[in-house]
This record gives sequence, structure tokens and C-alpha cells, in this order.
Amino acid sequence: MSMWKRFSSNIGAMVGVLLLLTVIFIAIFAPLLFSHDPWQMVQRPFLAPFTMQALPLGTDTLGRDVAAQLAYGARVSLLVGLVSTLVALLIGVPLGALAGFYGGYVDEGAMRFTEFFQTIPNFALAIVLVAIFEPTLASITLAIAIVSWPPVARLVRAEVMSVRKREFVDAATLAGLSKPRILVRQVLPNTVSPIIVMASLMVATAILLESSLSFLGLGDPNAMSWGYMIGAARTVIRSSWWLSFFPGIAIVITVLALNLIGEGLNDALNPHLSRKGKA
Amino acid sequence: MSTTLSIEHLTIGLPQGADRPFAVEDVSMSIEKGEILCVVGESGSGKSMTANALMGLLPPGVSVKAGRAMFEARDVLRLPEAEKQALRGASTAMIFQEPMTALNPLMRIGDQIAEVFAAHDRFTQSERREKALALIREVQLPDPEKIIRAYPFQLSGGQRQRAMIAMALALEPKLLIADEPTTALDVTTQAQILKLILDLREKRGMAVMFITHDFGVVAEIADRVIVMREGRVVERGAAAEVLGNPQHEYTKRLLDAIPTGTLPDARQLSATPALEIKGLRKIYRTGGGLFKPVREVRAVDDVSLTVARGEVLGLVGESGSGKSTLGRTAVRLVTPDGGQVLVGGTDLAALSDEDLRKQRHKVQMVFQDPYASLNPRQRIMGAITDGPITRGIPRKEAEARARELLEIVGLGADAASRFPHEFSGGQRQRIGIARALAMDPELIIADEAVSALDVSIQAQVLDLLRELREKLELSILFITHDLRVAAQLCDRIAVMQKGKLVEIGTVHEIFLSPQQDYTRQLLAAVPGADWEQQRTASA
Repeated sequence: MSMWKRFSSNIGAMVGVLLLLTVIFIAIFAPLLFSHDPWQMVQRPFLAPFTMQALPLGTDTLGRDVAAQLAYGARVSLLVGLVSTLVALLIGVPLGALAGFYGGYVDEGAMRFTEFFQTIPNFALAIVLVAIFEPTLASITLAIAIVSWPPVARLVRAEVMSVRKREFVDAATLAGLSKPRILVRQVLPNTVSPIIVMASLMVATAILLESSLSFLGLGDPNAMSWGYMIGAARTVIRSSWWLSFFPGIAIVITVLALNLIGEGLNDALNPHLSRKGKA
Repeated sequence: MSTTLSIEHLTIGLPQGADRPFAVEDVSMSIEKGEILCVVGESGSGKSMTANALMGLLPPGVSVKAGRAMFEARDVLRLPEAEKQALRGASTAMIFQEPMTALNPLMRIGDQIAEVFAAHDRFTQSERREKALALIREVQLPDPEKIIRAYPFQLSGGQRQRAMIAMALALEPKLLIADEPTTALDVTTQAQILKLILDLREKRGMAVMFITHDFGVVAEIADRVIVMREGRVVERGAAAEVLGNPQHEYTKRLLDAIPTGTLPDARQLSATPALEIKGLRKIYRTGGGLFKPVREVRAVDDVSLTVARGEVLGLVGESGSGKSTLGRTAVRLVTPDGGQVLVGGTDLAALSDEDLRKQRHKVQMVFQDPYASLNPRQRIMGAITDGPITRGIPRKEAEARARELLEIVGLGADAASRFPHEFSGGQRQRIGIARALAMDPELIIADEAVSALDVSIQAQVLDLLRELREKLELSILFITHDLRVAAQLCDRIAVMQKGKLVEIGTVHEIFLSPQQDYTRQLLAAVPGADWEQQRTASA
């Protein structure tokens, strides 16, 4: 069975795709769905949800539309999640590949460098980095990427080390191919599947990290984000539950969707490792 | 005699999407008390599935569709899981092909054997230990007191298999199922294990179902034989009958495909050497620290030999003899510690990395594992043309040559655009040969190139190599553990043991008048040697 066939026959993964597509759709078409700015006051504050048709999710402490805030927040979450994962891959894949392929001192050096980052708690490092730079979308994304590449490097290194020992790599050496070319053309393509799986899960983690940062008030002050919404509603959580509930649900749904997709990809790309009972 | 096990019309269904609906179809067989029944077949013939069904070890998705297997007046296929479990180990036992993976690496051998008793609630702690010790003695493991406390990794392959057999025998089963128990072992070890199984059968009178692909092994131990193909029984009968006078086409083909001891006619060899190895040494060092001495293994110890142009030199030895290291040193996948590797006058062992890359094409290699030697994400065309294009041959020319070579190795030019997973093991090995030929090498090193293949496929690949040898005047260093294969293809044979070259001579010299004890031992250990001699004599 082809990989796509296996993936599309996985119900959980398809639910994930559907949920994620919905979030992406809302994020892209937010300006069309909501004519007003998410920062703009549209009604009296603390309007409960489902009371006014125009404002289905109510308004926040300043009378801003919660639904619009959610839609614009999706843009920030997805953007930060995707871009930071890409950047993390750009750092982690080459470093891990070089370490795994060349071994010896290259490996020692690269791995000690990686461990240096791994010894510092992720979130603490991210806070410090954002605090040092101005909290803008770019600096937040970079900070998340910097704290999340070490696992990528380790994964790629392990994969490359196992592929490198296979006979087709010997055959390529005998064909007179240069080492860099063997690494790029023969070895790396065979490590793609676990990288894809890991990347899909990393997007989810990045979204959580971004939300946590904004919750602490370290988000970009010019961008509406889910974490910021929860953070701002923290003080009124008992009187106005919907202000923290809806953005919380949005985060749960998005992260869940990404995890479902990641798991589906894992089963589809590594059919021999997938859980039993589906044979 | 009484029947121990009788299988009647067994049919095992495969999950949807498999290459055939049934793994095993309408198979019947019976084993008498004290009898050894050999189930023979190539890979995919359903022989292991039959055994697994008996033990209740079928993989998920595979199930028994019809038939029954009567053992002690009960149908073992239909027993509830709890009863099956009680039966396993106590009345039926199984030994596997790979003793390393079948033993728990973190448990001492004695404990693993004692665990069998524990699982069936027999005896007290100290009795279990006593019994384990007795079993270890019975399977003739050396120094039982020490073995009982050893971990699997401290034992050799043959010793592990003996330990497995001890575990299987613990509760005196009436039926022993042996699934290719000697396939992973060296010939001399294999001969010992076969003898052990014969002895135990004699002493305990148990029935043995012995699964194998090797007719040599069949000739050694079988009382009766069943030949399976694609899930069906094609022939059955007494061992002598099936081996001496096969009725079915397929059995005849299988028997014909076995490399015989018939020696090819000696050929005139050219005087120009394609490969000269002089005083080659490779030492592997492991361990070593503040308090531990460095452990040295002399993988290749001062070996000198030449392969003449157009010659096939067989390099024979058991595992650990250093034959593969020698081959890998000759192509310089491994850099030697000393000595020379002269190919067409250039010493490959002394070249710098960059110069070596330009000289790589002179020696090419065909690998053992047809599944690992091709990049699963690269089309065949790419695999074959990568080398020539790197050498500077224009892409068009290289591609035309690749198609030509695919024709020569019998695959057809349209194989070029496909991916490796679309080919069988034998076909992949042909691709490997085409890839090696594409570089126009002066020498090809074939490292166990046919060992992973079924006999009939093996014969085809050997035929191809023979044909290429004639057509292209190939020089080949043919590394193998199988003397029968070496006899078929090689002009001369070199025997290696523990890193040293023991003996080298023409095939006739080695087979008919071996000079060294070790060579004689190897020849004597070939399974079915006597039977083969008769066969050759009558042929």
C-alpha cells in the first residue's frame, strides 16, 4: 500500500487534517470573516457569548470581539509554529547529519554543542531570549527555534548513523562519489520519514510555547494571540469564563490536530512499527 | 510406532493484499514417535508458517482457516489460549534460526533454562538449578558450572544454539520443532548441532519436525521428507526415496540447483595478475582504558595472494576468519595496517583519499544483502550510472551502457526506471552485478554474493557469473562460507582461518587432496557430503 493510502485510511489522521484545515482557513480569511480589527471596541465589555448574533463569542474586558480575536490569533499561532519549526530544522538537520556521518571529532564537537542547549530548560531559555531581544514576532519565532532544534539534531544523527552502515553507502563509496555527495544524495533521503513526523509534532509544541510566552506577557504587543487572550482574562476567570475558555479550546484543537497528523504520518511512513491490530 | 502429531488439511489464510490468499493450503503430514521429518522449501513456501501455527505463534492477521492438528488426541489449533500455553514447552518445544535473538540478552543461561520449569510450576528453586545443570551437560556445553552463570553474549553461536536446545528439552517434550536451527551457523558448528539433535532423538525418542532449505542437511538427518512450494506439499516420502529418485518437477529442479561436488574442468589461467595482495595486515583494537588492556583481533594477519586476470579465486572460511575484512580491505572500504593491495600496478592501500576516489572504479564489489545494498529511494538507473557519471562519462553514454548491462544480467532495459523494492532478492543481486560492471572494473569482489538467496536463485546467479566470466574475462575474488558454491565457480580456492591463509590451490587440489587439517575438517563438515559423493558418482 502506498504511503498516502495508508495515511488516508487512518481516521484519526483525517480528523486531524480536517481540524487543521479549518484553523488554516479561518486564519487566512480572518479579514474577510470579520470586518473589524480584533483590537477595536465593538460593544460593551463582558458581553456573554451567544447573546448577540453579531458577536457569537461575546466581548472581552475592553469590549473587543472574542471571535475576531480568535481568528487573528490563529494567524500568529500557525505562523510562529511553522516558521520556528522550519528554522529549527535548518539548524538541527545539517548539524545532526554532519555529526552522524563524519563521527569522531565532528560528532564530539556537534554533540557537546547540542548538549549545551539541552542542559538549559527550554522554557527558561526561551523567556531569557525573548526578554533580551525586543518581543516581536520574529524574535519569538527565533527564540522558539533555538530552544527546539537539539532533539532534531539528535534524531538526525541517530538516523544517519544507522543508514551510513548500510551496504548501499559502501557501494556509493566504491562508485567514487565524494563524501558530501553520499551524505546528501544517498543517506539523507533515507532519514526523511522520521524527520517529517517529528516536525509535525514540533509545530504543536511551538504553538504551545508561543502561547505560554504570550500568557506571561512576553508576546508581540502588536499581534493578537491566543496566549495573550488567556493571560489578559486571567484576572476575570471566575466572572467571565468564556474569555479564557475559547482561546484555550482553540489551542487544544490545533495541537490535537497536529498530534493526530503526526501520529498518522508515523504509522503511514513506518508501517512496520505502527501499532498492532490493524494488519 | 505411534503417531505423535498428525496435521490434516491445514489451510492458513494470509491478510488481504498479500501476494497469495493462503500461506499454507491443504497440507497434511504426520510425524511418528522418534522420527525426524524434514520440511523443505524455499523462502515463502509456508514451511515456517506451518510450524508457527502449531505453536500458536501466527503473526496478527494470519489465521488458521481450515484443517486440524491432532496432538495427544487434541486439536492443538483449536485449543483455548491457556491450554496452548500449558502445552508449549511442556509437550511441544521449538528452536529458532537466530539463537542470539531468541535468548534474553540480560538473563543468565541457567536462569533462562530454570524459567521454563518455573513457567510450568515444576520443582523447587534448587531442583530447577540441578535440572538446568543436567540439561547443559546433556547438550554437551563445555564447563557447565560456568555456562550456567554466563550471559548469551559470552557464548558463541553454536553454544547459544545448544543452550536453546537445552531450554527446549527442559520438560521432555514429545515433539521438537526446529526452524532452520543451523542456518546461521558455520559448517563445522552445524555438523555438531545436527549430530546433537540426532543423539537426543535417539536417547529421548522424541519426534522432530525439522524445517530447512538445505538438502545437504536433509540428507544428514531426515527419516522422511516433505517438499513444500508456495504453501502446498509437492512431494513426500522417505528421505532416501525423495533424494535419490525425486518424482516432482520442482523437487528435481531444487536438487539440480544444489551446487554439486562435481568439479569444473581446470582452465588455463593468464599470467598477468589483476590483484596482488602482499603481506596484508589488519588489526582491530577494542576496549582499552586505564585498567583494561587493549584487546587486539588480528582480522587479517600477513596474507599474500594473487588473482590472475580472468580468474575466479574463491576465498573460503568460517565466520570470524577474516575473509570479509580481506575483501573490504582489497577495495579499501577498510584501510589496512600494513601491506600492499596492487591493482593494475597501483597500490590502493597507499593512496590518499582524493586519489583513491579516482581509482575506485578499478575494484568493485557485489554485496551480500540484496536488500541493503541498493538505496531504497533511488531508481535503478541512478544506482548504476552514479559511478560512471562521476568518472566523467557523459550521462547519455552511461545510461545507454546501463540499459545494455541490465540486458546482459537478464533483467531487461526497462528495469532502469523502477525502484529497488519492485525486485526480488535474486533480481536485486543481478542489479548489484550490473552496477559493479558499469564501472569497467579490473576486479570484482563478491562478498557472500549468493549466500542470502534460495538455492534455485543461487544457481541462476552463479550461472550468470560463470557466463560473465567467459564473456567479459572477469577477474573475481569470490568470498563465501560455502565450499560447495566455491567448487562450482572458482578456479582456485584460498582457505582462511583466524586471519591467516591456511591453504591455497586449484579446486582439484583443495577438494581431492587437501594438505591442511583445517581444510579437511571443513570438507568433512559439509552437510550431506556422503550423499553428494554418491550423487556425483551416479551422475
